[in-house]
Amino acid sequence: MELSKEKLLWMYERMQLIRTFENRVKVEFGKGKIPGFVHLYAGEEAIAVGICANLTDADYMTSTHRGHGHCVAKGVEPRGMMAELFGKATGTCKGKGGSMHIADMDKGMLGANGIVGGGPPLACGSGLTAKLNKTNQVTICFFGDGASEQGTLHESLNLASIWKLPIIFVAENNGYAESTPAHYHCSVENIADRASAYNMPGVTLDGNDIFAVYEASHEAVARARTGQGPTLLECKTYRFNGHFEGDAQTYKIAAENEKYQKERDPIKLFRDNVLARHLVSEAEFKAIDDRVAAQIDEGVKFAEESPFPDVKETYTDVYVNY
Amino acid sequence: MRELTYREALREAMAEEMERDERVFLMGEEVGHYNGAYKVSEGLLDRFGERRVVDTPIAETGFSGVGIGAAMVGLRPIIEFMTWNFSLCAYDQLVNNAAKLRYMSGGQISLPIVFRGPGGAAHQLAAQHSQVVENLYAYVPGLKVITPSTPYDAKGLLKSAIRDDNPIVFIEGEVLYGRKGQVPEEEYTIPLGKGDVKREGKDVTIIAWSKMVHVALEAATALAKDGIEVEVLDPRTIRPLDEALILRSVKKTNRCVIVEEGWPFAGAGAELCYRITNGAFDYLDAPAVRVTGEDVPMPYAKNLEHLVLPGVEKVVTAVKSVLYRS
Repeated sequence: MELSKEKLLWMYERMQLIRTFENRVKVEFGKGKIPGFVHLYAGEEAIAVGICANLTDADYMTSTHRGHGHCVAKGVEPRGMMAELFGKATGTCKGKGGSMHIADMDKGMLGANGIVGGGPPLACGSGLTAKLNKTNQVTICFFGDGASEQGTLHESLNLASIWKLPIIFVAENNGYAESTPAHYHCSVENIADRASAYNMPGVTLDGNDIFAVYEASHEAVARARTGQGPTLLECKTYRFNGHFEGDAQTYKIAAENEKYQKERDPIKLFRDNVLARHLVSEAEFKAIDDRVAAQIDEGVKFAEESPFPDVKETYTDVYVNY
Repeated sequence: MRELTYREALREAMAEEMERDERVFLMGEEVGHYNGAYKVSEGLLDRFGERRVVDTPIAETGFSGVGIGAAMVGLRPIIEFMTWNFSLCAYDQLVNNAAKLRYMSGGQISLPIVFRGPGGAAHQLAAQHSQVVENLYAYVPGLKVITPSTPYDAKGLLKSAIRDDNPIVFIEGEVLYGRKGQVPEEEYTIPLGKGDVKREGKDVTIIAWSKMVHVALEAATALAKDGIEVEVLDPRTIRPLDEALILRSVKKTNRCVIVEEGWPFAGAGAELCYRITNGAFDYLDAPAVRVTGEDVPMPYAKNLEHLVLPGVEKVVTAVKSVLYRS
């Protein structure tokens, strides 16, 4: 499938924005500027971006604890996200959600979720709403290989199938459920093989190849928009960092991170591919890199300079009215 | 005034609200083609069709989350639990998603959703089918908890619950479905958070909700023969709680008995005792006393079940104890 130059540039910029954001979060976390649990998405950018390249703001997304990349790909402003991670009043969620709970309803981003497997039932809810209201909105339901063993996911796959909901279930299989390897926790080699049990198409693909992700999700989104029901995509990938920042990663094989970063970096793979085909120039990539770096620098500055939430905010947003 | 059963009153509330707002829909196990396990939704599928009355598989976690997701993006679901016992499968969805999404999103998300179904013990259904759960949900900020005792309250409160923009836990009394009561033809709603005095009295306040209101009223009738005038107060909603009404009554009678069907440890009655002690300490002529379900899983045998549940005799004894009479 040939992509327009505009789309290629968009893909690159989004992936680079995620990578730069995550690398900077790692630094700021190390400095003690960002508290709590942060789960970095670096290494998995091709999945969120390849899929979101098929969507509009009207489409929905549910996410996971590893949600920064999903947010950026869906169009959530990185400066608001950074402020959220800093726990500031200007954050996407007013500093009340943090890394694991970023939601942006204007962008159809229904929220990261700190409970593994917490999102799939919600995805069926937005999917059912789109179906009942006869809009052609689709919902992307991201989950990791860990969540693929949760009952919520299996209930949701079944519900989506019997009701033919417009949902694309996206398994981001990075090989580890926290520290437990997939070959131990998963009964099948490929999570997508389980799709047959729910009578829906299942596709296993290279999640570090944005073109493969884009093509498979393009077809799945088209199926969903035309009332043909859900699809299960499994994107095999790898996370460049630990489960969370501070994770010693003792469960990984020696030099595994380095090997993947050198040989399977989705951004590098994209760049090499596009350069070899002379579709985008080095100078154009450089311009994007510079713009993204400046954007993230500005975002961190914005986050640092923003005020903490007013103490009165403790008691707001619990109820609409009480 | 006409009489309706509690079941009919609930059904009428749902039907009226579904007529009024097409975003309202009912979803749950057997709510449609089977007309509901307890027939609360009888006839609604025929009247509103499959778009508005959605049967689900037996997947409480899944369909609870579906309701939450639908509420997030603009619908107003009523999710029926066949019984509240089964909501424990879905506890994570109610506590971690329904109750918190608004807060975690900094107020971006509203969740106009009602979870409803029967709670409490019926007749010899044993330990897994006889539970009281209002305290489990009232504990959680972000949820409202409603426990109606009469057909009139059931209808008016359910209509308000469906119109409310917050996630609501609406617990019906399983043994109350067939109970009749006066319900006006004309439309009405009952505000959430407003209790009701079911019987006026000056000697002792009994606080009770759901089916325990009827136990309290029977006890009050029995006690009246001894010249003891009991006030029976039904908070109707556990959260928000009508603390002002409770304190006003206790300050009047100076004595209080709380009757709850659930377990004693960390039950709603424990919270009530705290609030009464804290808010009316100088008015109390005796410590507030609780009559609760016994602190055991519900036994199956008839005589044992009877022993576990709060009954009229226990309530009478408790009222006399706060009056220092035997």
